[in-house]
Amino acid sequence: MGALYQIFIDPFVQMGTAPDLFVQTLWEGLVAGVLYALIALGFVLIFKASGVFNFAQGIMVVFAALTLVGLHSAGVPAFLALGLSIIVMFGLAFAVERVVLRPLVNQPDIILFMATFGLTYFLIGFGELVFGGDSKIMIAEELYLPKGAITFKALGGIVSLQKLDIAAAIIASIMVAGLSIFFSKTRIGRALRAVADSHRAALSVGISLEQIWVIVWFAAGLVALVTGIMWGARSEVSFALEIIALKALPVLILGGLTSVPGAIVGGLIIGIGEKLTEFYWGPLIGGGTDSWFAFVIALVFLLFRPQGLFGEKIIERV
Amino acid sequence: MLYREAGQFKTTYASDQAIFPILQDRIGLGLIIVAAYLIPLTHNDFLINAVMIPFLIFALASIGLNILTGYTGLLSLGTGAFMGVGAYACYKLTSYFPGVNIIILILCSGFFAAAVGVIFGLPSLRIKGFYLAIATLAAQFFLEWAFVRIPWLYNYNVSGAIEVPQRELLGIIVTGPRATAETRYLIVLTIVVAMTWVASNIVHGRIGRMWMAVRDMDIAAELMGIRLLPTKLLAFAVSSFYCGVAGAMLVFLWYGGAESTVFSINQSFFILFMVIIGGLGSLLGAFLGAALIYILPIVLRFVPPQLGLPLNAATVEHMTFMITGALIVLFLIAEPAGLARLWQIGKQKLRVWPFPY
Repeated sequence: MGALYQIFIDPFVQMGTAPDLFVQTLWEGLVAGVLYALIALGFVLIFKASGVFNFAQGIMVVFAALTLVGLHSAGVPAFLALGLSIIVMFGLAFAVERVVLRPLVNQPDIILFMATFGLTYFLIGFGELVFGGDSKIMIAEELYLPKGAITFKALGGIVSLQKLDIAAAIIASIMVAGLSIFFSKTRIGRALRAVADSHRAALSVGISLEQIWVIVWFAAGLVALVTGIMWGARSEVSFALEIIALKALPVLILGGLTSVPGAIVGGLIIGIGEKLTEFYWGPLIGGGTDSWFAFVIALVFLLFRPQGLFGEKIIERV
Repeated sequence: MLYREAGQFKTTYASDQAIFPILQDRIGLGLIIVAAYLIPLTHNDFLINAVMIPFLIFALASIGLNILTGYTGLLSLGTGAFMGVGAYACYKLTSYFPGVNIIILILCSGFFAAAVGVIFGLPSLRIKGFYLAIATLAAQFFLEWAFVRIPWLYNYNVSGAIEVPQRELLGIIVTGPRATAETRYLIVLTIVVAMTWVASNIVHGRIGRMWMAVRDMDIAAELMGIRLLPTKLLAFAVSSFYCGVAGAMLVFLWYGGAESTVFSINQSFFILFMVIIGGLGSLLGAFLGAALIYILPIVLRFVPPQLGLPLNAATVEHMTFMITGALIVLFLIAEPAGLARLWQIGKQKLRVWPFPY
């Protein structure tokens, strides 16, 4: 009885009696969710356009952030470093297309998936070799990212919102809006969707696969850069980010692999769910639940809706 | 010239269907096994303890993953966790039954891993491909968490690590810090050889055919009367059994003690690389992949000093990562079917040498 009470009643009583704490937890979950969603967005972009499940997205985030910080610490002014990082991400996209994707055209999905594993390892080694394995501090101030917190009294307590988190949420929404316009309104966006539907049909109407892939990997690289800046500003730039980036996978499952809004909604659900669980139920089972909560939710979700919330229904043709 | 099969006639179906139809192959395999058993005579502690024991253990884990991913086509990223289940199960078993033969306990711990594997394999009926890979990630992270947060699993140790107690067998110390590398090596070798033989029989028999049918096209397999759920769950069970035994051996016969970090996601990736590089759906590939991925970094560490390049340890470590990554991509481009296929091509060339075909 006592255990049931602790699981089913106590947390809700806590939520009711200390609404300010609840709102604070909710907000933290929301922010974490935005960042998961940003990483997931990079996955979705590449999966939509090339059918490649890009495992390297997490390390691309780290790599982009490292490049930026590394360039800045080498004496390059902040915004020039940002520009140069964008060029580096373009170079990476170009190299990936040329060296990894082009020779592997027409291979089964799992082989391409494995190739991105190889890419991950390569980038880990390369990043550590060039920039060193120690964690670094993101140049948030130099990029004019806001600092400090807004605290206000609400619900009988104090709620404090980090300005940086607000900025992250705004930038993420702008990026998502921009991407959806890019996908639906522009010529290249339409070409991207055509490639996603069928490589062969897209080729036959004269869409260059090579070009599309470079563009989409570059777009994913840009998303990675923004994610890296935001995440790096919140904590620090280190290779531990790479494991955290794996959290984007359950986000994808929830949202559906091919859906941009799905990535956002999935990210928010996972972020909020994870923080609330850890805060209210975590102590009952020893804490640290946020390492697996997202994955178990995704697992349960998969059993009932394999295509995710917004994904296209999986139809098997024989 | 040695590799000729002229004069070797097959007069029965059994000999025609043999796994090693060519006499030279059988002799070669016998020689390799004999040589493997003779390695302890060298008393080279580095070779035995740092190269051969881990190589064999990783090869066994690769066989386990290969059964799941290579033969049944179910991608799994939870290998490390399943190995962990084996290790922790063995630890608990030997603390409850200190008198029981440790080798039996190592093998028994595989059953615990198999049970856990079946539970996490349940979603495989509804989902496949990448989705399943993510589902197995749930197993990886949840179990890793359990290894840290459930103190019962490590007997409420303050350190949070499991330490291998000393166990004797016929008066010889086999586990614990005082066991010699030679003894541990011989036990590992025997278990690996025996379990490889069993795996070979499973995958070449009815069950293996069922797995491969499911891998090649599950809908067609279902239409032919193969029940998908039992087949896939069996693959999960057998695969996890192998991984569990490998994990138990990793801790009991190699490390001598471990924390949960040993069974992290990186371990899962490591084994997956071995399987992919070695060749999906090949037992030989599991050994070749384990050899390449495990022994390559060791070799790389020795090359720069030999060439007189003054590289520090960290740089070599990073270079190893880069080279491993580049090699994976290279191998996938050159031969997606892995080292096992290269070996087959080489063998074919040898058979017809000096003619091209």
